[in-house]
Amino acid sequence: MRRGRTILLNVLAIGVFGLLLHLAEGYCNGYQLQILNLIAINIILALSLNLIYGFTGLFSLGHAGFMAIGAYVCSILIMTPDQKDMLFLLQPAYDWVQTAHAPFFAAVLAGGAVAAIFGAVVGIPLLRLGDDYLGIATLGFAEIIRVVANNVPRLTNGALGFKGIPAYADLWWNFGWALVALYVIVRLLQSNTGNVLKAIRDNEIAAKAMGVDVFRYKLLSFTVGSFFAGVGGALLASLLTTIDPKMFLFTLTFNVLMIVVAGGLGSLTGSVLAGIGITVLLEWLRVVENPVDLLGFSLPGIPGMRMVVFSLALIVIILFRREGLMGMRELTWRSLAGVFSRGKA
Amino acid sequence: MNLATFIQNILNSLTLGSLYALVAIGYTMVYGILRLINFAHSEIFMLGAYFVFWGITLVHLPWPVAMVLAILVTASLGVLVDQVAYRPLRDAPRISALISSIGVSFFLQNVAIVFFQAIPREVYRPAWLEDPILVHGVRVLPLTLFVPLLSLVLMLLLVYIVYRTKTGLGMRAISKDIETSYLMGVPVNRVIAVTFGIGSALAAASGIMWALRYPQLQPIMGTIPGFKAFIAAVFGGIGSIQGAVIGGLTLGFIEIMTVAFFPDLAGYRDAFAFVLLILVLMVKPTGLLGERPEDKV
Repeated sequence: MRRGRTILLNVLAIGVFGLLLHLAEGYCNGYQLQILNLIAINIILALSLNLIYGFTGLFSLGHAGFMAIGAYVCSILIMTPDQKDMLFLLQPAYDWVQTAHAPFFAAVLAGGAVAAIFGAVVGIPLLRLGDDYLGIATLGFAEIIRVVANNVPRLTNGALGFKGIPAYADLWWNFGWALVALYVIVRLLQSNTGNVLKAIRDNEIAAKAMGVDVFRYKLLSFTVGSFFAGVGGALLASLLTTIDPKMFLFTLTFNVLMIVVAGGLGSLTGSVLAGIGITVLLEWLRVVENPVDLLGFSLPGIPGMRMVVFSLALIVIILFRREGLMGMRELTWRSLAGVFSRGKA
Repeated sequence: MNLATFIQNILNSLTLGSLYALVAIGYTMVYGILRLINFAHSEIFMLGAYFVFWGITLVHLPWPVAMVLAILVTASLGVLVDQVAYRPLRDAPRISALISSIGVSFFLQNVAIVFFQAIPREVYRPAWLEDPILVHGVRVLPLTLFVPLLSLVLMLLLVYIVYRTKTGLGMRAISKDIETSYLMGVPVNRVIAVTFGIGSALAAASGIMWALRYPQLQPIMGTIPGFKAFIAAVFGGIGSIQGAVIGGLTLGFIEIMTVAFFPDLAGYRDAFAFVLLILVLMVKPTGLLGERPEDKV
């Protein structure tokens, strides 16, 4: 398939998708819109973790930490000084926290940028570690971020967190950022840099022997991934309008990891599809936690059941279909065309 | 700080440290053999404590019987987890088993939430552990003597198993080279099962004593001690049992003493261990006593 045609198809697809979003905005109720928004944010998070882990082989469990950074930075920037006056009840905010203000786009960008800076700073010492050591160290980083958020009330309002964050993150912003994330990561991976990243994933020693500056490329991938994790966190904060340190527990990282594994490590379209599927599944599973009326009997809701089913699903996937939905394959126009032409023949 | 408080703090550190050490041994043994961070270990710790609780409140077992039974049940559960979730993945990339263990961890934790409910529960403590005794004018909680002593007994038992029995020999052989162990006729799968059993039994013992020390049960109670014990194992040099004990005790001392001397830092208590971890990994990734196999090409 020629390049020009691919671009044309992509533009067309984005146009159709925009139209669908416009329709969704008109016809969906608030709950359905919320799920659509969560899908977009989960896609951003999954793409960023897939870049770090699926394409570069860096087993990072620190996503919740980077999301927390993005969420707090963005929230501080989009809340008005008056709002912050009301919010910081225990102790007044630092002056620079109090006065800082920025429009939404800049705030999300700043959230991502600060997360990326943190990613680079912790990446420099940590990325020299081997796979599972790296996992546990990044997990430690995320926990430290959470403990700090709990203990610096003048910056984060402590355990109370923020309430009433302006809800700017609508469908357009969220899916817009998801497209940006997809575009940037696809371009990165299609470039020569992408080949180097995959080489590091497949065999680090061989990559080193070929003269690749392994550390620099790992750091690049980790920083870009952290940036989008921060963006995802920022959007999530504005979507949910409240954040507190408890939100950024390891569970959050687990959810993202689940999407990436289910979609296929090393498959971006897999992450997109699994992002949609798992977000819907997670919402649908809320049914088992709510009381159900069955033929006049009311069964009580079972709290925790949702995560039981969810974690069981992860174990089953890893035991029986380790490569996930897509493996390392991608869904492209060419592969779609292949399916249809085979269907005709 | 006067001498009496200081002695109490030392005992508290020893108690906390030996609890970490017992859990850390389980991490280090499994890691030494399978190169797997067993995330489900912290849930084993939690379940051990719950089993005692149910043994006492539901079946009205006497306290020591409940403890022994709970340790046995938890040990079998540990073996079961290995058989179901890790054994099929022995030949898979290592990270698959790691993800599986994260899944098992969340699964067990949420099963506990479903069946035991998320509300914290009060734990029954025998009076002879709770009533302070006076030793030369220092008020001492018997529990802070009981926990380190029982832990010491368990550790000596473990050392006997690892260094004086055939199964222990098998464990040491597998941790050196699993492929060769197969060839030399070591019953690898059985030895691994025993390892999981022993590790889980120690974690259960630790969980039970933890519940006596901090008398509250919660399905998420294992997470933070689990992480810290793992860090203790890394600090001591993962794969080394002595290292795990040293690491656990060090961590216990750091935590109690830092809060005792700098009360302002109490809120950061849970972050100490992670800061220590990152420092250790940066300076000496193999830990105090660990040896790192070099990358083979």
